[in-house]
Amino acid sequence: MIIGRTDLAVLKPFRIGAAEPWRFNAWHGAALVAALIAAVGIGEAQAAPGTPDIIATMLKWTPLLAQGFALNIAMSFLAMAIGTVTGVPLGLAQVSLLPQVRASSWFVTQFFRNSPWLVLLFYCMLLLPFEVRIGHTIVPLPGWLKSTIGLSLPVMANMSELVRGAVRSIPFGQWEAADSLAMTRAQTLRMIILPQCIKRMTPPWMNLYAILTVATPLTSVVGVSEAMTLTGDILSSEGRSELLVPMYLYLLLWFFLYCYPIARATLALEKRFAVT
Amino acid sequence: MSLQPLWDWFRVLHDTSGIKLTIFYDAFDRARFLNGFLTSVRLMATCLVASVVIGVVGAWIQGSRSRVLRLVTQGYIQFFRNTPPLVQLYFFYFALGSYLKISGGNGIAVPVVTNFTWAAICLSFYAGAFNVEIFRAGIEAVPRETLEAAESLGYSRLKAYVYVILPLAFRISLPALNNNLVNLVKTTTIAYAIAVPEMLYVANQIWSDESNVPEMMNVLMIVYVALVGLLVWVMGRWERALRIPGYTTA
Amino acid sequence: MVWTPDQPLVSLRAVFKSFGAARVLKGVSMEVMKGQVICIIGPSGSGKSTLLRCVNALVPIESGSILVEGQEVNDPKLDKLALRRKVGMVFQQYNLFPHKTALENVMMAPIHVLKRDQREVERQALALIAKVRLQGKEGAHPGELSGGQQQRIAIARSLAMNPDIMLFDEVTAALDPETVKDVLVTIRELAADGMTCMIVTHEMGFAREVANEVYFTDGGLLVEHAPPKEFFASPKDPRTRQFLDQIL
Ligand SMILES: Nc1ncnc2c1ncn2[C@@H]1O[C@H](COP(=O)(O)OP(=O)(O)O)[C@@H](O)[C@H]1O
Ligand SMILES: [Mg+2]
Repeated sequence: MIIGRTDLAVLKPFRIGAAEPWRFNAWHGAALVAALIAAVGIGEAQAAPGTPDIIATMLKWTPLLAQGFALNIAMSFLAMAIGTVTGVPLGLAQVSLLPQVRASSWFVTQFFRNSPWLVLLFYCMLLLPFEVRIGHTIVPLPGWLKSTIGLSLPVMANMSELVRGAVRSIPFGQWEAADSLAMTRAQTLRMIILPQCIKRMTPPWMNLYAILTVATPLTSVVGVSEAMTLTGDILSSEGRSELLVPMYLYLLLWFFLYCYPIARATLALEKRFAVT
Repeated sequence: MSLQPLWDWFRVLHDTSGIKLTIFYDAFDRARFLNGFLTSVRLMATCLVASVVIGVVGAWIQGSRSRVLRLVTQGYIQFFRNTPPLVQLYFFYFALGSYLKISGGNGIAVPVVTNFTWAAICLSFYAGAFNVEIFRAGIEAVPRETLEAAESLGYSRLKAYVYVILPLAFRISLPALNNNLVNLVKTTTIAYAIAVPEMLYVANQIWSDESNVPEMMNVLMIVYVALVGLLVWVMGRWERALRIPGYTTA
Repeated sequence: MVWTPDQPLVSLRAVFKSFGAARVLKGVSMEVMKGQVICIIGPSGSGKSTLLRCVNALVPIESGSILVEGQEVNDPKLDKLALRRKVGMVFQQYNLFPHKTALENVMMAPIHVLKRDQREVERQALALIAKVRLQGKEGAHPGELSGGQQQRIAIARSLAMNPDIMLFDEVTAALDPETVKDVLVTIRELAADGMTCMIVTHEMGFAREVANEVYFTDGGLLVEHAPPKEFFASPKDPRTRQFLDQIL
């Protein structure tokens, strides 16, 4: 991500991970598969004679694991959606002209930004009711939904900071130009400032999504049956110690294959936006 | 000066309002919680230092000539960046930990590496992966011309790095480093998952024993936000003190 | 052979340099006497910067010889640091160290490289900053100075090493027109003090006024050289004439 900008001719922009252009080359997959194969090999060597081989066992459980992983992805989408929808107004409140609004939205943002994700998860899991009444309908709040809400809180706070930073980064001349066209502040924000912010915010927003996705296994700690929990269940039902390393590596591979392309796409987008 | 009156005040608070903060008036809970707090702080401090060291070493390797070493570091970074830290922790603890056991005197297998150490190792490598990239980016943000300017003033390559390039790169990296370290401190709570007796773990024990979930949740929240806030504040001050005038960070 | 001041301070003989397939210097020879000021002009890409950078061994040459005070630069055993202490260089992009104040920029090299006494260095640095007319800016960081001010600090920074010769590589090319003058005044004063200078510049008026000898480069060759009056009044080579026609 690009973090530093400079007017000094003597420094270049600070850009994390920009060393190489985006190429999801075969090496990455190959290295992972090699590690997995090595782990399987070691596992086979240790296995008691007569046990079914490890790859077959892994394949047997793949559909279940996929179900769990689908829940991870679903939670990540939903938490991202909630976090974005709540975070944007919160961020705009941070650039409000009213000092009280500014101060309170700043406080909320900082509070949720500085709280550990796991603590927020516990908080929502243990303190939210198991159902809520909206009008006359009773909406159940299952564990996965409560933890999705817990995950969306830090997303909201980070989103709020992104919006604030992006609005701040628009040159003041844009505001002045809009003022001179007799636009209201809301009009200026909606028609001039925010459209320019979206381009700037897209790469960090995608970054945030990747961070959120790798955070979803945290919900296993509070008892949601996602991929991580299921891996543990599979391992205890199989009860074979030689399965441990391959299964966890297999799970890591799922996440890697999902997140790595996102990371590279983010980088590519950043580069595109940086030159134009 | 004794704190007894303060503890008593919390007992009265419980008796009058039902707010059950045993960690103040119950000596046993107080000791447990304090221990958890100290364990958390120790874990945070260990990981902060170790991850920075890993970052420096990794950045140095990334700039080295050996292609193999560079590839290995790159693989390490991508792996730790793009996989969940919690799965990494389980992988280290259950998978690797299961190999590293010696049999104790009575024939029961005893782990060589404690839970705390596994958490420290895993979290340090996790945050270290980000630090490598951060330091590397800092060094790359210093243009070759700056090195040339130093060399044309008679600096040797090594001295130019020590006196000019690295201090400059560090200042450029600092905001991103701060961000990552704050993240690390928040992430240390996942040590809970492998039963490291840190604050979250201890709080869980306490609310199970005393059934005072809301009180303990709020205490946890306040303590964590205060700890992280303290780190943010200290690092922010440091960042401002080392700011390079004319170089804005967004 | 011991160098004496009546011999050229810098002498280049048949210097060749290429970057990969690109031949940048194709046999350059020139001599600069102590106290002389020479200006090098020529189209962009003709190898002017490379020529200067060869003189203080920032880039190695392929063949030929460069003597600085009788010492061979094209020698694997060369003590580069000793050479660079004698040769000061100022760059187009100033290249000040942005995390240090103006005063610290000037003081750093004498302290770290020459291991001179801090207080004495500070006294000299303050005097140099005054000499480039930037009293009061000692505590400013490069980011707080204009381009022209940064460039003058860069000159002071090189002078603090007490070099015997100064190399200037298009030092005004990146500056706003109104700050160019301040930098040129500084260089002119330096020349008047007897500093040996090799100056790459596009400022023809300045070259005419300050140089003892003007060199014209094109395509990696020194096409011709002459004292400024003669050079600008009656250039011999058609390439020189064409270049001067374009620029004047
Ligand atoms: N480090 C380098 N690597 C490759 N080519 C270079 C390098 N430095 C200069 N060149 C090439 O050498 C030629 C001469 O460059 P330079 O000496 O900077 O010219 P000038 O200063 O006269 O504009 C140019 O074509 C340039 O592209
Ligand atoms: Mg040039």
